[in-house]
Amino acid sequence: MSSISTHAYDLGTMDRLSRQDTSVHRLDGRAKLLTTLVFIVTVVSFGRYEVSAMIPFFIYPLVLCSLGNIPLVYLVRKIIVVAPFAILVGIFNPIIDRQILTTLGSAQISGGWISFISILIRFTLTVWAALTLVAITGFNAVCAALEKLGVPRVFVVQLMFLYRYLFVLIDESLRLVRARSLRSFNGKGSGIRTFGSMVGHLLLRTLDRAQRIHQAMSCRGFSGEIRVLRPASFGLGDVAYVLGWSVLFVGLRLFNLPHLIGNGLTRLFA
Amino acid sequence: MHMADALISPAVGGVMWAATAGLIGYSAKKVKEEMNERKVPLMGVTAAFIFAAQMINFTIPATGSSGHLGGGLIMAILLGPYAAFLAMASVLTVQALFFADGGLLALGCNIFNLGFWPCFVVYPLLFKTIAGAQPSRGRIIAGSLATAIVGLQLGAFSVVLETLASGISALPFGTFVLLMQPIHLAIGVIEGFATAAVVLFVWKARPEIIEASATAKPFEAVSIRNVLVGLGIATLITGAIVSWFASGQPDGLEWSMFKTSGHEELEAPEGVHQTLAGLQEKTAFLPDYGFKAPPKAEGEKELAESWPAISGGTSVSGLIGSVLTLLLAALIAVVLRRRGAAATGNIKHPF
Repeated sequence: MSSISTHAYDLGTMDRLSRQDTSVHRLDGRAKLLTTLVFIVTVVSFGRYEVSAMIPFFIYPLVLCSLGNIPLVYLVRKIIVVAPFAILVGIFNPIIDRQILTTLGSAQISGGWISFISILIRFTLTVWAALTLVAITGFNAVCAALEKLGVPRVFVVQLMFLYRYLFVLIDESLRLVRARSLRSFNGKGSGIRTFGSMVGHLLLRTLDRAQRIHQAMSCRGFSGEIRVLRPASFGLGDVAYVLGWSVLFVGLRLFNLPHLIGNGLTRLFA
Repeated sequence: MHMADALISPAVGGVMWAATAGLIGYSAKKVKEEMNERKVPLMGVTAAFIFAAQMINFTIPATGSSGHLGGGLIMAILLGPYAAFLAMASVLTVQALFFADGGLLALGCNIFNLGFWPCFVVYPLLFKTIAGAQPSRGRIIAGSLATAIVGLQLGAFSVVLETLASGISALPFGTFVLLMQPIHLAIGVIEGFATAAVVLFVWKARPEIIEASATAKPFEAVSIRNVLVGLGIATLITGAIVSWFASGQPDGLEWSMFKTSGHEELEAPEGVHQTLAGLQEKTAFLPDYGFKAPPKAEGEKELAESWPAISGGTSVSGLIGSVLTLLLAALIAVVLRRRGAAATGNIKHPF
């Protein structure tokens, strides 16, 4: 129960964060979407044993969260919640791949551990970037950006509808679950029979709701297109944003910055 | 079974994105032809229903665990394959963006695994044949079970293939298959029963909803074949291009013992970036601003050649450098946050 409510609350928090007015919130959605994609592709294009070269990429989500006034603790908690899958698949690497690749002092480190750490880092980076995108852009602006980039309108409208009615239907199903748990004792009544009629009722109500929505929208002149108020214009700032970050990503992909710094320092003190 | 970005390579992600984008475009076209723009709100609200329904659990007798409704099958029954595929894609997109459940690059894989199989293959071939135009209690249960099980098996197997082709996880094929398939057999049985329970209820209360979707529209059988053929051709072409580019790059392969044959081609950087550059050109966003990839591809070759050579000496300096870089990044972030808060007077969050 509590996990369900936090899920619903979560959606609300993301939506609230995306309604702020900061320098990154004001950028065009397309710019942020494209930059995020460039970022993710660059990060996952690293070889499976790469660790240090990926570290500088943390600058991107960190800077965006700072500029966009996004609470770090909140995002980190969200990342941890979804981490088990990556950990589960990744943990087999140290078990299977035992070839020693490097030594740190006297400790020998196998390829499996290095690739496991690599998986965790790329997981954190990619998930963080995706969550940051929504937190500084907002779902509707992401949808508008998708449409401008050529995604079929039917699909974009579908996304917007889904998002709009998500809140309503989640509330409704929360009420259903609460009502059932108040009436079921000793686990009675929480079996599949009750489940079938509960979800079935929710479905019938949903279908009726869809019909009412459609009638209401037809009355107001809906023609299969959703109009958004916020004017989207791709300005010079947006171009600079995309280009600046992309150049940085490519540069960091080509040159292993931590290695350069580390080498320089060890040479300095050696 | 949502795949994460961390476990796939750009080549696999890109190919699956292309396949999924094609399917979305095709489905959107079909839905538009069919419309009936009455279906637009219906699709949206049904997708939201899937989210809401997944929050309702039921207890599974004798196990102490609980199950809930899956997505693809019930939407295919309610909306037909094309609209259901779009709705499923939208559900997975929202999950990726808001709950980080499945990554953005992996979104193509996830939509394909969880949307393509149930909507375009299993639903028309199995559910329609079994439950058919004359549904009965037994037929609906059998149809839902068979469809859910086969759909999830195919999906889980796709996850295995995509993960292997990416080469980030060291899991060998056999182990991974033995892990994934039985788990998803159990999930499939649960999902089948859950779907059957809901469909049976709706069938009793409002039979016209189930029957309307069960009576096939004649064009569907034909066009699904078109989808499959088109998809096969696209996959062959992409695969051929990727392996052609990759074949000239035989470096850094032999030192990893657990790579299965074929995946080295996909991992080779040049092939990857040629494919991605091609994709970027195709999407034709800002064609004049060349953030494509030519300088990158060259440099990566050097990198790819150099990265197997990690030795003890360099790893210490790498560690020092990494820590310093991370501190530097954090410092920049803190400064920006202070300045931002001071300038705009925004809400302050505890760090």
